[in-house]
Amino acid sequence: MHNVLFVLLRRIRRPLILLIAVYAISVLGFVLIPGVDDKGQPWHMGFFHAFYVVSYTATTIGFGELPYLFTNAQRLWSILVIYASVLTWLYSIGALFSALQDPGLRSLMVRYAFQRDVARIREPFYLICGYGDTGTLLARALAESDIRSVVLDINQECINALKLEDLPLHVPGWCADASHPDALTAAGLTHSNCIGVIALTNSDDVNLRIAITARLLHPHLITVCRAESLEAEKNMIAFGTDHIINPFDTFAARLALALHSPGMYLLYEWMTATPTEGLREPIFPPHGHWILCGYGRFGKAVQARLTAEGIAVTIIEADHARTAPPPGSVQGRGSEPEVLRLAGIETAVGIVAGTDNDATNLSVALTARTLNPNLFMVARQNQHQNEATFEAANLQLVMQRAVVIAHKIFALITTPLLPEFLQLARAQGNDWANVLVARIGGIVGDVAPYTWVIEVNAAATPTLVVALQAGRKVSVGELYLDPRNRADSLPCLALLLMRGNEASLLPADEYSLAIGDRLLLCGRIDASRHMNLTLYNHNALNYVLTGIDRPAGLLWDWLTHRRG
Amino acid sequence: MNLEKVIFAFFIVLALTLNFGFYVGEIDNPVHHSVYELYAALVVSLIATVLKLGDRTHLGAVLLATSLVADLQLIAAAVVWAYADQINPAGLTPHIMTAIVSLSGGAVLANLTSVVLLVAETITIRR
Repeated sequence: MHNVLFVLLRRIRRPLILLIAVYAISVLGFVLIPGVDDKGQPWHMGFFHAFYVVSYTATTIGFGELPYLFTNAQRLWSILVIYASVLTWLYSIGALFSALQDPGLRSLMVRYAFQRDVARIREPFYLICGYGDTGTLLARALAESDIRSVVLDINQECINALKLEDLPLHVPGWCADASHPDALTAAGLTHSNCIGVIALTNSDDVNLRIAITARLLHPHLITVCRAESLEAEKNMIAFGTDHIINPFDTFAARLALALHSPGMYLLYEWMTATPTEGLREPIFPPHGHWILCGYGRFGKAVQARLTAEGIAVTIIEADHARTAPPPGSVQGRGSEPEVLRLAGIETAVGIVAGTDNDATNLSVALTARTLNPNLFMVARQNQHQNEATFEAANLQLVMQRAVVIAHKIFALITTPLLPEFLQLARAQGNDWANVLVARIGGIVGDVAPYTWVIEVNAAATPTLVVALQAGRKVSVGELYLDPRNRADSLPCLALLLMRGNEASLLPADEYSLAIGDRLLLCGRIDASRHMNLTLYNHNALNYVLTGIDRPAGLLWDWLTHRRG
Repeated sequence: MNLEKVIFAFFIVLALTLNFGFYVGEIDNPVHHSVYELYAALVVSLIATVLKLGDRTHLGAVLLATSLVADLQLIAAAVVWAYADQINPAGLTPHIMTAIVSLSGGAVLANLTSVVLLVAETITIRR
């Protein structure tokens, strides 16, 4: 605020001085010019009356209430006072408004308001740089899980969109270049409550600079960066970036997963879903010959993944000179029937419309459907706002890059053990995933499963630690018991148990817990609340373990013991 | 020579001299204290305050504070005088005159502080 105030004061200094001078001269004139009273005696106006007269004259109120009638000399002076003081007021107010309207001062005020907003945040928050499709989805997901965030974007329109978005939490946003350390500091990079920086801008260079600035100014931050090139990725690793997301690669990997192991794909989708989402239906893509339209950065990544899985792919690409597709590819537009026939559309089992143009992708899918109605159709959706048209096209699988990336980042930062779990799960194969998906589906019903982590330590699970220290064995299965009625089980499932660096996937119910264990669970969101009761409340834990509802008060406790 | 400094020093010293001129004399005798002098001291002091607005240095901030104090004291003195002259049935009693002059005496101290600070700053610059 100080800057703004000082700049404003400096700009209106001249009008203020002018105002004081005009008032001083006017008042002095009235005091010095002699008048006459009602009896014709000479009379001098005092400072008090003079100031009174000038005040109502200068502000154009014009009372006309005077002690005595003015003499001609006083009237002459009044004329001068009226013109001088009214003009000075107009000039002063004009100067004040022009100072307030000045773009430089306005941007300073916007910056100040943003900085104050950020400084007032009392909860841990993430700094999101880049508010495109991915940033929008991520900010919403974070706000819906009660996690604060701050947004920077170089484009004022994106910030305007943020202001219009109806988020459950206030998310401060500011239009600034995130590659400037100054802007990052203003957005709370060095704020003690800032827990992570998420760099999602379109430029690798900017993302790298954000990573470097974060590393140097606030070394313990979690940094998540988007990187499109391998070079930038290596650079970011060198600067200790925690998670690097290559959008094309991540997206292609997820698509390949959907095609060759749908159970695993579903598991990934469920585990990384945001809180309020519905549960996605399983898909069953056929095995056989696939057609891939578009061989850009995304197409290349998909082709590499599919070939690695042993799936035969024919590529359709219009611009062979620029993209250099492998031999056997068809040249032309995927939306033309002849080209699709040339690629073997009649015998193919599925098609991936993966160009970077949404209109092309839709037209490819719809043309392909007329040629072969049994095709399994996958389309890549680039722009979030095209959601309605893609939905209406009724394709088997629509993948939005922004959604995949936003969900991945959300899962990475909100559930610490999830990456480990997904990595271990990946090694298990599709059948294992199918079984697990069926189990989770049975537990959670029709909303996306909620995942949470329990750390067995004195701060997070005090009563459990006390019980373990007392020599009581507590198994994973006993945590599932409902503290309201232990005959029921809570709707949840332990996915992973980490003891030091040793991981056990899907720990059995008999598995005994130890202090220092970290447990990843998934289930319905209310299950986590009820389980917390067991972990925090001594009596609830005792009831869950023994089935005896122990008396809580000292007196009753004493009475029970005496009787017993 | 810095014109801004000249103008500011002029006003701040003038505020002190005018104020001092008003202050000297028997404290309860209206004959010894000119209302015009009080008026001039108040106007000059106000201008000196505005001249310091927007100065971001530490010294500038302190000077702003001291001249604000002087303004406040002088405005209070002027209000008391207007009250005694126009509203109070007993008029300008020696008791009220004492209050007015002692208020301006406080303003003299504030003005003096401003001048001392100004002199101190001038001496450190040495050019």
